[in-house]
Amino acid sequence: MSVPRIRWHIIVFLAPATLVYTAVMIFPLFNTLRLALYSEVEQVRVFVGLENFHTLFFDPIWSEQFWNAIGNNFWFFLIHMLVQNPIGVALAAILSHPRLRFAALYRSAIFIPTILSFVIVGFAWKLILSPIWGIAPSMLDAVGLKFLFAPWLGKEEYALTTLALISVWQFVGIPMMLIYAALLSIPDEILEAGEIEGITGMSAFWKLKLPLILPSIGIISILTFVGNFNAFDLIYVAQGALAGPDFSTDILGTFMYRTFFGFQLQLGDPHMGSAIAGAMFAIILVGVCIYLFGIQTRMRRYQL
Amino acid sequence: MHKARTNPFNTMGMHGALILYTLIALFPVFVILINSFKARKAIFREPLALPDSDSFSLIGYQTVMRQGDFFLYFQNSMIVTVASLFFILLFGAMAAYALAEYRFKGNLLMGLYLALGIMIPIRIGTVAILEMMVATGLVNTLWALILVYTAQGLPLAVFILSEFMRQVSDDLKNAGRIDGLSEYTIFFRLVLPLVRPAMATVAVFNMIPIWNDLWFPLILAPAEKTKTLTLGSQVFIGQFVTDWNAVLSALSMAILPVLILYVIFSRQLIRGITSGAVK
Repeated sequence: MSVPRIRWHIIVFLAPATLVYTAVMIFPLFNTLRLALYSEVEQVRVFVGLENFHTLFFDPIWSEQFWNAIGNNFWFFLIHMLVQNPIGVALAAILSHPRLRFAALYRSAIFIPTILSFVIVGFAWKLILSPIWGIAPSMLDAVGLKFLFAPWLGKEEYALTTLALISVWQFVGIPMMLIYAALLSIPDEILEAGEIEGITGMSAFWKLKLPLILPSIGIISILTFVGNFNAFDLIYVAQGALAGPDFSTDILGTFMYRTFFGFQLQLGDPHMGSAIAGAMFAIILVGVCIYLFGIQTRMRRYQL
Repeated sequence: MHKARTNPFNTMGMHGALILYTLIALFPVFVILINSFKARKAIFREPLALPDSDSFSLIGYQTVMRQGDFFLYFQNSMIVTVASLFFILLFGAMAAYALAEYRFKGNLLMGLYLALGIMIPIRIGTVAILEMMVATGLVNTLWALILVYTAQGLPLAVFILSEFMRQVSDDLKNAGRIDGLSEYTIFFRLVLPLVRPAMATVAVFNMIPIWNDLWFPLILAPAEKTKTLTLGSQVFIGQFVTDWNAVLSALSMAILPVLILYVIFSRQLIRGITSGAVK
């Protein structure tokens, strides 16, 4: 019996991807979590255990901002779930109608906002909603609703919701596409069998199609969750690093950026930044676990 | 589905809803584009009117050309995106082939390890990434961005490509082995050409997020000579916020390349998403 020879080609094939992925993604991820356990005292890095997290959760100066960011982040996510995903499902349901004309055209057009950068989307909406330019008020005026207009991005009570809706506007194409694909993959036999039973139109959607596309809705939900909890760009572009007015649009991404890099007079603190990153990691991990073990396994039952 | 249950009202309702949403989706882009070609007064007087001979003006574009180095930004974005896609596809396909083709100890574990990054955003490691880039002197170089985007794109690329590699016929590969081809030749000459459609899907998936990213250019490469188009337009617009002509023109110039790429690749992109590549 000879010793099994090393198959070098396997190592050569795997090495580049594994090296780059480990060095630039996995290692920094754990290193960031490790840095969260340190602090800088007189320009020396010292190990402080969980003290940074204690500061983050309980020290009034930090905890107020931290819980504010988390609360805002959940609101941001909730709006996406309540507005983006139903609109996406509805558009997909209409688009998947077998005899609809121009479906490809609608699909491509509705997807356009998704390909634009946050910089474009943020500034474009800022201009349109700006009271100086007056496009939004004059359009509301045209339908007799001018009294509804307010400088939405400048008001504490509306700013976050407005930004969430802008983000919904931008990303509605993704649930639309994924649900559309799921609807197309439903075999005709099932729908025909339903038709024989007298289930057509809207009730066919609720009773037959919706249960079958639930796994796709699950995937979209977790994608939305992960995307929302590391969102940053749109808020930064539209409201700046201070996430104004008065931090009312601050989410974890902008909070981490401010803490890590500093702003105005406050110096940047990489260790507190790492602690916030650690909290983001924990939240995303919990979300992904709930999805993988709680939702996905239960949904398998419906799969064809 | 042959029953005629599409009454004309239904059809009209469906088109009505879709047209309404299409208008909502395109309206902001349309407003930005038309106003970028207007003189300042016309922008404010009639924001929804198309530019005519009276209101037409390129003053915004002239300011942008004079003040911002948009060609450099564009070039940087191009280099970063193309290089990242190249490495994602090359390294991703190689790793996917190893996982799909060979049985070896730890194959499953390796696959799981590489798949971890699909759900965990790389941004969480930013603090340590920046520290590493500073230590290696890569900060403010395009390489920093290329490395980060490659690492970010690899997990999904390996996952999608290995699914496709499993479908490549064994007979073909074995025929190649009998002819005495090396494993490398089999991979590059026989397998890669067959998974080209899957590679295109991976490429379009990664292209848009890389091109549009603001976070890493802002943190890793904010220097003037390494600004990407996304960061460059953000900084430029921030400075010219009261010069509406310049802002609108800069926005239009940032929209156009993406729009052109979309027109070229939209069929590929939509086919990729709808073919169930993200399962």
